[in-house]
Amino acid sequence: MSIVPAEAVSGRVSTAAETVNEPADGAPAPLAPRARLLPSLAAVYRAQLSRARVARIPLLFVATFQSVGIMILMRGVVDGGDEARAVVAGSSVLVVAFVALNLLAQYFGQLRASGGLDHYATLPVPPAAVVLGAAGAYASFTVPGTAVTAVAGSVLFQLPLTHLWVLVAVIPLSGAALAGLGAALGLLAPRQELATLLGQLGMSAALLLGVLPADRLPGPIGYARDLLPSTYGVEALARTFDARPDWPVVAFDLAVCAAVGVCSLAVATWAYRRAAVR
Amino acid sequence: MSTVCVVRDLVKTYPAARGRRGVPGTSAVRATDGVSLDVRRGEIFGLLGPNGAGKSTLVRQLTGLMRPDSGDVEVLGHDLVRHPERASRLIGYLGQESTALDELTVALAAETTGRLRGLSLRVARAERDDVLAELGLTEIAGRPLKKLSGGQRRLACFAAALVGERPVLVLDEPTTGMDPVARRAVWAAVDRRRAEHGVTVLLVTHNVIEAETVLDRVAVLERGRVIACDTPSGLKEEVAGEVRVELVWRERAPLDVPEVAALRDSAQESGRRWVLRLAPDEARAAVAAVTGGAAFAALDDFTLATPSLEDVYLALGGRAKGLVKA
Repeated sequence: MSIVPAEAVSGRVSTAAETVNEPADGAPAPLAPRARLLPSLAAVYRAQLSRARVARIPLLFVATFQSVGIMILMRGVVDGGDEARAVVAGSSVLVVAFVALNLLAQYFGQLRASGGLDHYATLPVPPAAVVLGAAGAYASFTVPGTAVTAVAGSVLFQLPLTHLWVLVAVIPLSGAALAGLGAALGLLAPRQELATLLGQLGMSAALLLGVLPADRLPGPIGYARDLLPSTYGVEALARTFDARPDWPVVAFDLAVCAAVGVCSLAVATWAYRRAAVR
Repeated sequence: MSTVCVVRDLVKTYPAARGRRGVPGTSAVRATDGVSLDVRRGEIFGLLGPNGAGKSTLVRQLTGLMRPDSGDVEVLGHDLVRHPERASRLIGYLGQESTALDELTVALAAETTGRLRGLSLRVARAERDDVLAELGLTEIAGRPLKKLSGGQRRLACFAAALVGERPVLVLDEPTTGMDPVARRAVWAAVDRRRAEHGVTVLLVTHNVIEAETVLDRVAVLERGRVIACDTPSGLKEEVAGEVRVELVWRERAPLDVPEVAALRDSAQESGRRWVLRLAPDEARAAVAAVTGGAAFAALDDFTLATPSLEDVYLALGGRAKGLVKA
């Protein structure tokens, strides 16, 4: 029998407490409930979104101006037709790549390197909620920039605005694919600098392979273009500038984005688990 | 009185790192080297030691953040080595890093943490308001953690750790950078939870004064081993027969005075400051020697004191530096 420290049994310890926390002899104490997936996803999403006010809005402006600037530059090279569509679609999806892939990879890289993941790892929250909440918030940051770029580009190159509503599908699906990729890169990179570098490289690839018209690219680079998930978002958007878009092909492109999104988010969730318990 | 946390023969070795260009390799380090502890219910139990003693590594193994190489950790009857995911449902943890919360406001950091501890939105908000009021953070609730001073940020993280109550709190240097008001708020909040709910607290600190005033029992860590474990007063009794003499010289010690030269062997020198632990009559003789005659001219200041936990730590064979007295 151990001696009880005097302070621990001072008169203030109530009998109620004894019954609440004291387990029956030998039996393990009851566990507090887990946080359920959807409420905790919503909580992470909301917290991440609020960070925008502090940290992300200047970067969103950069992303949008960068894309609009590229379109203005390309106007001297491209004159209408398929190439103009590719430029506008590529620049719009570039905003998604900048924020969801590049910034999210940096965020998770930094969180992992600084020990910030410990905070989530010591809470009973499903790993998927943390990854999906952050990825969803970053994909949401891209909405205004992508919409502005798409509208500005359509006006600049005199493309029809009729089917731009397809952005409602393009942004979340390419957002899921690129944010999943960004989160996975950030969580898997062994060092923070590498996470930043990979994010930047991914964005540069999305820029070059998405904005430059496909038929001007040399063969092997064309294949690389097919491997990049953002390409399918770009193609889906580019096709809807036709007067009568080929909807099944658009749907197929978006389905590829969705599939890549599911896979990359699953990988990112696995990477989070791995990174959280070292 | 039940035992809340049982640790047996915990071992964790960090593997040797290969040297890269410009970075020398390091040999393998045993960060925890056969640690065994029993923490009783309702206790404030401290882990005291300098940086690198293995305190944080030990705590990371208790909270399921790190798998030990061998050994057992049992908290409230749950085997946390086999089920590390249960730790988050038993333990409220305050780590040293705040990066996950830095860009959130104080209120949202506390609320989100509560929700991720499984509280409903309504309960999380109610608890958030209570905890912020209790810690005096209501006025700065709308400010992002990033914009706060170090002590305020620490207090905000402590608030987040309290939302969603747990029977065990693990606090890794909770009061770093805090002013006395904030420190008192922390200890009052801890005391209240202990009194009302029988909460057990495991506290990591390298602050000796804090350890003496708030801890019920303390384990002294040195290079991954527990070198002593007792109440602060019990530990101090080990060196009760000694008096601590501190001498501060104006420029350098007058070693030409034979009495001073004789004291040098038992002194721990750091610059102009000498610290000696002596038997009472020896201390009296030493003070007489340095306050009279030639040595006095070279003396800037001296103090006599009863031993502190730092002296215990030194007497037990701890390395000299790394503990804070503030």
